[in-house]
Amino acid sequence: MKLNGAQIVCESLIREGVEVIFGYPGGVLLPFYDTLLQYPQLRHILVRHEQGAAHAADGYARATGRVGVCLATSGPGATNLVTGIANAQMDSSPVLAITGQVVRPLLGKDGFQEVDITGITLPITKHNYLIMDAGDVARTFKEAFHIATTGRMGTVLVDIPKDVFTDEAEFQYPAKVSLPGYKPVTRGHPAQIRKATELINRSLRPVIIAGRGVTLSRAFDELKELAEKAQVPVITTLLGISCFPENHVLSHGMLGMHGLAHVNMAVSHADLVIAIGMRFDDRATAMVSGFAPQASVIHIDIDPAEIGKNVRVDIPIVGDSKNVLRELCKLIEVNTHMDWLRQLDTWQHEHPSTAIRDGHDLLPQYVISTISDITDGDAVIVTGVGQHQMWSAQHYCYKKPNSLISSGGLGTMGFELPAAVGAKVGRPDEPVWCICGDGGFQMTMQELGTIAQERLAVKVVIINNGYLGMVRQWQDLFYGRRYIATPLSGPDFQKIAEAYGIRALRVTERGEVEPAVRTAMDHDGPFILEFVVEPEENVYPMVPPGASLADIIEPPVRQTLGAMPNFNL
Amino acid sequence: MTQDQHTMVALVADRPGVLNRVASLFRRRGFNIDSIAVGHTEQKGVSRMTIVVNGDEATIEQVRKQLDKVIDVIKLSDITESSIVDRELALIKVRSTPETRSEIMQIVDIFRAKIVDVAPDSVIIEVTGDTDKIDSLFNLLHNFGIKEMARSGRLAMTRGSNL
Ligand SMILES: Cc1ncc(C[n+]2csc(CCOP(=O)(O)OP(=O)(O)O)c2C)c(N)n1
Ligand SMILES: [Mg+2]
Repeated sequence: MKLNGAQIVCESLIREGVEVIFGYPGGVLLPFYDTLLQYPQLRHILVRHEQGAAHAADGYARATGRVGVCLATSGPGATNLVTGIANAQMDSSPVLAITGQVVRPLLGKDGFQEVDITGITLPITKHNYLIMDAGDVARTFKEAFHIATTGRMGTVLVDIPKDVFTDEAEFQYPAKVSLPGYKPVTRGHPAQIRKATELINRSLRPVIIAGRGVTLSRAFDELKELAEKAQVPVITTLLGISCFPENHVLSHGMLGMHGLAHVNMAVSHADLVIAIGMRFDDRATAMVSGFAPQASVIHIDIDPAEIGKNVRVDIPIVGDSKNVLRELCKLIEVNTHMDWLRQLDTWQHEHPSTAIRDGHDLLPQYVISTISDITDGDAVIVTGVGQHQMWSAQHYCYKKPNSLISSGGLGTMGFELPAAVGAKVGRPDEPVWCICGDGGFQMTMQELGTIAQERLAVKVVIINNGYLGMVRQWQDLFYGRRYIATPLSGPDFQKIAEAYGIRALRVTERGEVEPAVRTAMDHDGPFILEFVVEPEENVYPMVPPGASLADIIEPPVRQTLGAMPNFNL
Repeated sequence: MTQDQHTMVALVADRPGVLNRVASLFRRRGFNIDSIAVGHTEQKGVSRMTIVVNGDEATIEQVRKQLDKVIDVIKLSDITESSIVDRELALIKVRSTPETRSEIMQIVDIFRAKIVDVAPDSVIIEVTGDTDKIDSLFNLLHNFGIKEMARSGRLAMTRGSNL
């Protein structure tokens, strides 16, 4: 069957099970869009900025575990994707970015809207392609999907010149890929698994640190079985949150810079760290030399390059979390670790990191915990980056697998709203709450247009503290409270909502939080809730930069600051 | 930690941009390349890169693992510890006068190098050998005045059975 390049792209997408494309048109994409009319089974969602397309595809991928597809035109369209691509790749999101390119004869000639997007994205993609022949389209898409979804998942970009869309070629979708240089290891080495088993059986103070890898490999049940059988407390990284139900007795929450105090203490006293699908990011480990000083480390990861990169590892196991955990569960002994678990409870009791101050102030922590209560920990939460992100990590009780979507590795402000678009498109029947900072919201709020046009019932929460709060917090704690470039005015968010035809409420007092959240929840459609919160509230606990996990600071904090060393920021 | 020199051979898919991918990786992760040499192999569609890199043990391990992750890298071997033949080619243009020419020719003979071009005030010497040999020749010629030098970077192959 002879088809043109654009048709081959569509046929390939359909064969890979794609249902949605987040995109934005332009000159070189005209033949593609014209062809898309013939494929109504491919839903196209028009975003308001290409960054939004990449974040939406990423949000969709995170929410569903399936490849999120975004599409942009050449030149500025392609460069607008860059932040979203880097963000997705850093957090191992299976995303396919398709860009249009100038016609082949103009390549390299700096023609109108030419940009070397494969060159630009080379260090921020798992792999990328520039297709120079319509006959290569099908094979390239087959490979791109394979690469995005296997091994350590990631982002692949495919750049297609306009005349490749219009050229014809024989179409046959390949049944197999041939990539001799790409053979991800998915089964853990049995000898390593045996050694790990012995360590786990012998350990007295073990902790599990679960990361995004658990979610990506859908190892929720296996993780639970391991934790329960050996009675090991489960700690998560930011992106590990919701891979283990937080209402489970063994769940202890997040570690790291804004981890819970007792969790960081547990890691600091543990004799064994079982790290699963996490990569020892510096925000999680704090100062590496002070990380888990008494512990042996078992590191289970699908990416061999992550093993030993940041932290010394005693037993590396390269493999898919689900497979490895299944094997481990068969071998490990039933255990109780009674004293250790009791010790954690005592620490938690003595250092209640998630306690919320009484009073009338509208505290952001109170907002999040109320949303948690009212949605019964059952919503999909999407966050931006900053203080509200950390409060969302600390104060929402995630009961459902894969229910937190947040930008971890890149820490991209403005991720929240477009990612929520993708999440809602991917999981239309579940409540999606988008927790935004007033700063981040203003970076990508144009996507309200997408939400309105597609009638996506996203509940948008703006934690309005009038500051780029997280940066202000560092100025407060480490730069003598000299606030510069962090006080931030905003538009009248109620009027913004109204302009988009979206219902909204502004909340300024604690007593109004609960009814407002209920109103938003019960409304059939998108809703914007603006919470005008305590402007100078800080996120605690906090491990100052350059310190180790054991050196956590808890509020009140200002008087202890004098004793701290000069941290290298 | 001690810095060691490692020789790695990467068989890579002969696709546009593959050298760029490898070079970009070294730059981004701050790995130190001493030399890199690329060329065709006996297999169609496969090129061979010989990469000489310096670093401590942890860095070298990262170099290996990160290179292995590049999808166009089909096979990567660190052959530092193997028994290998390694060669480099250098072209050296040395200042020469009628008085110094015979002395230069003597040195060239000792190193089993060749004079491949003669001009009134200079000669071009071609030499093949391992890095040490080329370095020593360079040092000896230094006094005559070196006008230009081009080195190919190291090529290497394990002896006997395949890599
Ligand atoms: C795109 C981008 N620019 C800058 C930063 C640096 N940064 C991190 S948190 C933050 C403040 C975020 O402010 P806001 O969205 O209001 O959230 P808050 O911390 O106040 O909750 C900034 C500027 C970033 N993470 N991303
Ligand atoms: Mg703010």
